[in-house]
Amino acid sequence: MIASRLGRIGRPFALLALLALTPPLAGCGINNIPTYEQSAKAAWSEVLNQYKRRSDLIPNLVESVKGFADQEKSVLTGVVEARAKATQAQINIPADILTNPDAMKKFQDAQDGLKGALGKLLAVTENYPDIKSGENFRKLQDEIAGTENRVAIARRDYIKSVQQFNTEITTIPGVWWKRFMYPASKEMASFDIPADEIKVPKVDFGTKK
Amino acid sequence: MAVVTSPRLVGGWWPLARVPVAIAMAMLLFVLSAILASAEPVFPELTGRVNDAANLLTAADKAALEAQLAALEARSTDQIVVVTVPSLQGYAIEDYGYQLGRKWGIGQKGKDNGVILIVAPNEHKVRIEVGRRLEPLLPDGKAGSIIAGSIAPMFRRGDFPGGIKAGVAGIESALTGDKAELEERAKRPPPPVDYSGYIQLAIWLLIVAFVIRQQMLAARAMASMTPEQRREWEHNNRGRGGGIVFLPGGIGSGSGGWSGGFGGGGGGGGGFSGGGGDFGGGGASGDW
Repeated sequence: MIASRLGRIGRPFALLALLALTPPLAGCGINNIPTYEQSAKAAWSEVLNQYKRRSDLIPNLVESVKGFADQEKSVLTGVVEARAKATQAQINIPADILTNPDAMKKFQDAQDGLKGALGKLLAVTENYPDIKSGENFRKLQDEIAGTENRVAIARRDYIKSVQQFNTEITTIPGVWWKRFMYPASKEMASFDIPADEIKVPKVDFGTKK
Repeated sequence: MAVVTSPRLVGGWWPLARVPVAIAMAMLLFVLSAILASAEPVFPELTGRVNDAANLLTAADKAALEAQLAALEARSTDQIVVVTVPSLQGYAIEDYGYQLGRKWGIGQKGKDNGVILIVAPNEHKVRIEVGRRLEPLLPDGKAGSIIAGSIAPMFRRGDFPGGIKAGVAGIESALTGDKAELEERAKRPPPPVDYSGYIQLAIWLLIVAFVIRQQMLAARAMASMTPEQRREWEHNNRGRGGGIVFLPGGIGSGSGGWSGGFGGGGGGGGGFSGGGGDFGGGGASGDW
């Protein structure tokens, strides 16, 4: 009605209206796919960042446990090798890792190897009260524990973002937006949560002393 | 909007045979998300800077700590919160801590400058949870030193108020140690608010104004036409446009982002709330 009365003037107006309609469309999910994709990518960067942080702590750690007896030097070399492997994996990340579950698994295996080796090393230090009681070692141990914690959180955040993204592109209406606007978007690869991180919280009503 | 739900279009893009698969997948994802969402402890309500659910502090201790922490926030905008819990509900204190911090949003939004001292007397666990951007000032090693050097020895003797006070003092001195950095941190402005909602609204208002103006012009033009001219004009414009339907959905949908802001300020007594700070797992834990 309005347009017919407006006549010629109506045409630029229609264009303008079309332009103006674009932001309100955001309310119906047209931007969800790229938005979720970006947040998953950011979460992934955080995972990499925390892995790197862990890797960077190792030279100091190795330095601090120099007093190990010979028979336990193998634990030390285990850590150094696992670190080299993890670093290698981090340098050679395939470009499609986020959409390639096999590449993701390989990367994770390298990182989990380092986690295991570190755990062994910290267990062995229990036999060395001198090392363990040192202030520097205690700080380092806190840093490592804190970094493992950050890695776990970064991974959990990544899993959540990927889940949100994958849900969006496989459910209605996201799947339609994918067909219509973002045909190139693919489901992202997530982690398997390692068995030791899956734990059933025990029920405790606060009565335990 | 309406465009997408048209069955004709959908049928063309997506063979019907795959619909059950998609539904099954959606259900699986839904179940998965329900599991993930349920893996979260039940958190206490944020009642102030000192949340003593485990009853370790006297009223006087609490008031003194509240005042001390409020003064620190007034000075640096950092939010330190003490929480004692009767139970960690089976979670590791690290898991509990960062989720509690995010839930309460301790620290200012974008500054992520919150610290939480969590004491779980029944599990004999204590943790200093450090907001993301305070990690350089209060690194894990330092947080661990505060626990091992100040908090744990007092807790071992059963002196919970003393341990908590010593812990808070240690955290405060770590945060305020570097005077220049402290001033800079206090002054740093909060991140810009997301204005997209307002821009959207402005565009709409412009369009509405434009329509009204054009209509008035058109009406004036029509009024000044002779009946003949008017018939001719209507003939020329026949079939043009079906009218533009306005669907003002989405206005105001983008206007979140105000949840930041400063809780409490001075005073100590007034309602305290987190500013929306984020936690990434920094800090240290200990036991006694």
